[in-house]
Formats: sequence, structure tokens, C-alpha cells
Amino acid sequence: MTTIAQTTAQPPAHSQTRNQSTGARTAGGYLVRILLALFFAFPLVFMFVSSLKPDQQIFKDLSSLKAFLPVGDISLDNYTGVFQTAPAARFLINSVLITGATVLLGLLVNSMAAFALSRMHWRGKTIVLAAIIATLVVPFETFALPLVWWVNKLPWLVVQDFVPLYSVGWLDTYRVQIIPFIANAFSIYLYYSYFQSIPKDLDEAARVDGAGWFRIYRSVIMPLAGPATATVAILTFLPAWNSYLWPLMVVQTENLRPVMVGISYFQQLNVLWGQIMAYSTLITIPVLAFFLVFQRAFVSSIASAGVKG
Amino acid sequence: MSVTTPGQTTKRTTTRAADAHAPTLKKTERREALAGALMVSPSVILLIVFFFIPVGLAFLLAFTNARLISPTISFTGLDNFTRLFEDPLFWRSLRNTLYFAVVVVPLQSGFALLLALLVNQRIRGTNFFRTLYFVPVVTSIVVVSILWKFMYQPDGLVNNLLQSVSFNLIQGTDWLNNPGAAMPAIMFMSIWQAVGFHMIIWLSGLQTIAPELYEAADIDGAGRWEKFRYVTWPGLRNTRTFILVTITIAALSLFAQINIMTNGGPLDATTTVVFQAVRIGYQQQQTAYASAISLVFFLLVLTVSLVQRYLTREKD
Repeated sequence: MTTIAQTTAQPPAHSQTRNQSTGARTAGGYLVRILLALFFAFPLVFMFVSSLKPDQQIFKDLSSLKAFLPVGDISLDNYTGVFQTAPAARFLINSVLITGATVLLGLLVNSMAAFALSRMHWRGKTIVLAAIIATLVVPFETFALPLVWWVNKLPWLVVQDFVPLYSVGWLDTYRVQIIPFIANAFSIYLYYSYFQSIPKDLDEAARVDGAGWFRIYRSVIMPLAGPATATVAILTFLPAWNSYLWPLMVVQTENLRPVMVGISYFQQLNVLWGQIMAYSTLITIPVLAFFLVFQRAFVSSIASAGVKG
Repeated sequence: MSVTTPGQTTKRTTTRAADAHAPTLKKTERREALAGALMVSPSVILLIVFFFIPVGLAFLLAFTNARLISPTISFTGLDNFTRLFEDPLFWRSLRNTLYFAVVVVPLQSGFALLLALLVNQRIRGTNFFRTLYFVPVVTSIVVVSILWKFMYQPDGLVNNLLQSVSFNLIQGTDWLNNPGAAMPAIMFMSIWQAVGFHMIIWLSGLQTIAPELYEAADIDGAGRWEKFRYVTWPGLRNTRTFILVTITIAALSLFAQINIMTNGGPLDATTTVVFQAVRIGYQQQQTAYASAISLVFFLLVLTVSLVQRYLTREKD
């Protein structure tokens, strides 16, 4: 970066050797970068390539470079096998439903809260804001087990033959995988700090025109908050899709399981490695595709999380 | 944590009674307070039910004999804690957890900083490399654990690679079934998976440092190392605190890798605090005892992050 400026400042006699060493340094720099790239990529390449091979061939290829090359008996058999061994389609649908609901409801609920905290005057606002920020230091693992006990005691309204009744216990449901994760202090905080940077004149002008608060939220502020929405969406998408500990504890019924818990299906006594690789590839591809498409927003959102946190 | 009701605002508005517009002002303020309460209440209610109450319960239940499915519950004082502190398995898991954290935190944050410095240089292909280094982060730890479990087998990919790279000098071991090797193997894999995340955070810190500072250092004739020592490192102070705290909390929460790869074994060499809490609270359904473990875990996290914040505070 700065070597160019330095070389031009040198007398010509030196600059030749300088250039050579810079060239060598650049080549060395690339070598380091490429080795690191191989280091980070090789397990995933191995996973994808193995998902196309029958089990015996996976083991045979382990001792050579063939482990990373789609050569030999290549087919999609493992992928069709995945859907025969386990209700994989069901797991995928469940995860899409749970992740979609958590992200969408989270965007709505958290942005509304941040709007009320950032734009409106009401009593107790500072206490609420402080309490929300305080929650950020407590990891989920601290209260996960009491939470299992607690959701097992929670009521839920059911309508049976047009008569409203209530049931007790949320274990083994979709809602237990969605509702506890909708409100998120970090999302509120990200929206809040973004809203603070939007000039207040805008909503005052809208108020003079007779717009109500909800209308200002929906038509003035939210359309301007695109980057915050992208950030929050990404940061809720990842843990929701990847969630493992929580569904492991609260869901017993096979039909309600998300993808990460479903993986245990392939880990029985007779391990089907080709199918595990295929299933792993299948559940990684949505996130990977999402990441590659929104790479810039992805990286900048995680970076902003770091700066603000 | 009370949600504001419209009635509460009247006290404030009465002071403006002298104002000619008092009635309309009062009305709009009241309306604003009501709208604000409506908009904030979904989050507040959800946070109360799914955060504040369970956190409070962790404290309460730790002093009872509550079980997951049992209608009766009674206070048992410090019984859970005496049982906990007499349990060698708990001490073992605490030691393993600290071992993991003490190794992973410096290695992962240092490696992440090196990567960040590499991808911060504007040379061709930087974006490509940054993307590749980040890809393990978007891969679920569950998938990563299963994949590496396969690679760590005695005749697996890792041992084969070690052999060919070292021209048969290094013979690998049965990584996950060797009590001395299992934890290092999991550490290595965990760093491989998560380091890209902290690379991005370091990178964002690097990019907040004003380029003028580097130009000034150039004029003063500073070399690479001096620039890092006197410009980059002080400029990363806030990022450093954040990275240390997040890596430490993540390291202390070690669970998924253990649950998938070793189940705490071999010979309890990889059992961790959170793994114990889940085993006792969920598999054995002893909610109260598990709450006591969670509480110890919480104190651990709190102490470590307070100490780190203190050590990395601004020294003026």
C-alpha cells in the first residue's frame, strides 16, 4: 500500500532492488493468502465432493488428492437417499417456516420498539432503554434451562368446537421455536442507533401534515432504514437457521424438528457418511447462497455490530 | 419495567396549564404516550416473559428441588450448591471450559487480527480472499462438527494430510478418542470455524483509523512495525475490548461441538459447564440442579467480562 510511495522517493539506483523485493513480497503475500484460502476451504470442498460419491469410494479416496475431486463414481444418489432415510423435506420446511417467522416478526416488533424509544416521548423511556441494553451481557445458555421449565408451564389459547379453552405447556410446538426469539435486544439497539441518525425534522414535517405516529413509522422512517433492516434480518437469520441447543431440548416430535436437530438421524449406529455429507451440503447451501448474494451487506452488518457493540 | 399508561403523563402536562393551547397539547401528548406504549409493548412483554422471568427463575430455582415434570416444588437452601461443589465432574467441566477459553481466546483473536491485516491491504483479489476466509462462519457449527468428526477419524482426512505433508514423519492419532488430543482437536476446529467472524470485526476497526495518521507516520520515517505499534494498535482499543469479550463468552459457552463430537469423553476430557448443565437439566430433567450450574456459568461470564473491561479500559 505504501511501498509505491516509498520507492518513488528513493534514488534510482536503489529502486531497482526495491522493485524486485516488492515483487517477491507480493508473490509471497499471494502464496500466504492462497494457502490460507485452501486451509479454510478444504473441509467444505471435501464435504461437497464426498456428497457425490458412494461410501466405499469416499474412504478409498481419503489417502489421495481424489478426496477433493469429483472423480470416479459420481452421482446424486446420496441426495435422493437423504430423503428416504429421514424426513429431510419436513425438516427443511420446518426450518424455513421457523426462520421466516422469527425474522419477519422480529423486524416488525423490534423496529416498532426502537421507533418508540428513539422518536417519541413517554415516561419510563430511559429505564426501558437501559433494561434492554442490560440484557445484552447475558448469554442465552445462562437461562436456557430455566426457560425450558418455564415454557412447559405457559398457557396457550385453543379454540375447540368454537369454545375458547386454554392448554398448558409449549413443549413440542412451532411457537416455542419462534416466539421466545422475536424480541431481541440487539436488534432493538441496532434499529435505535440507526433511527437516531435520521433527522427529526422529517417526522415533525409529517406531523404538521397531520400524519399519526404509526403512519410516520411506516411511511417516513422505515423506508429510510433499509441498511438497518438488512443488518437485523441477517443477524436474526443466521442463528435462527443454525439453532441447535434450543430445539434439541424443547422438541421431541419428529415432524416439528428443524434441520440442525434432524442431522442426528444420520448419526445412528450404521453411519451413512455419503448421506451425511449430502444432507450437510443441502442445509448449508441456503445460507451460503444468501451470503454470496448479499455478501456486502452481510460483511458490513457484522462489522457494524462489532463497532456498535 | 412498567409500560407507560396514558394516566401517568397527566402530571407532566398540568404544568403547562397556563399555556393557551393547553387542552390540545395535553391531548396530543397523551396520544403520543399511548402510541409509544402500544409500539414498545410487544417487545417489552416478550422480553419480560422470555428473558427477565427466566433469568429471575435461574436464581430462584437454583435454591429449590424443581424438576422438569413435577408438580411439587420446595426450597432446599444451598443444597444444590453443596452438591455441585462436591461433584468432581463439575470441577472437571469447569477446568475443561477454562482450558478451552485460555487457549482459544488469544489464538483466535491473534489469528483473526493477522487475517484482518492481510485482507485490509488493497491488492487484487482481496475481496475474494476475504469471502473465502469468512465462509466457515456461515456454515453451521453442527455441520462443521460432524464434518470434522469424520475428518478426525484414525484413518481420516486429517491424518492422511498430516502424513503426506510431513512425508510420513508425523503419524496422527485417534484424535477424538485420545484424552490428551480430543480437546486440542476441538479447539483447532473451533478456531477454524469462527476466526473469520472476528477478522471482519478487526477489519471494521482497522478501517476506522484515519489514513492521515499513517501518512504522518510515513513522514516521520516509521517502519511497518512502528506503524503497527504506534498507530494501528492504539487505534484498535475499542475493537479489542469487544473482540475479547465476545470470544471469551463464546468460548465459555462451548456446547454443540462437544455434544456432537465427543459427548464429553473420552474419560470426561471434553465435558464442559454448559454441556453438564444440559445433560443434567434436560436429559435427567433436574431443572433446579441445572439452574445452579447455569448460575455458576453466569457468574463466570460476568467476572471474566468485567475483568477484561477493566484491563482494557482507557488508561489516562
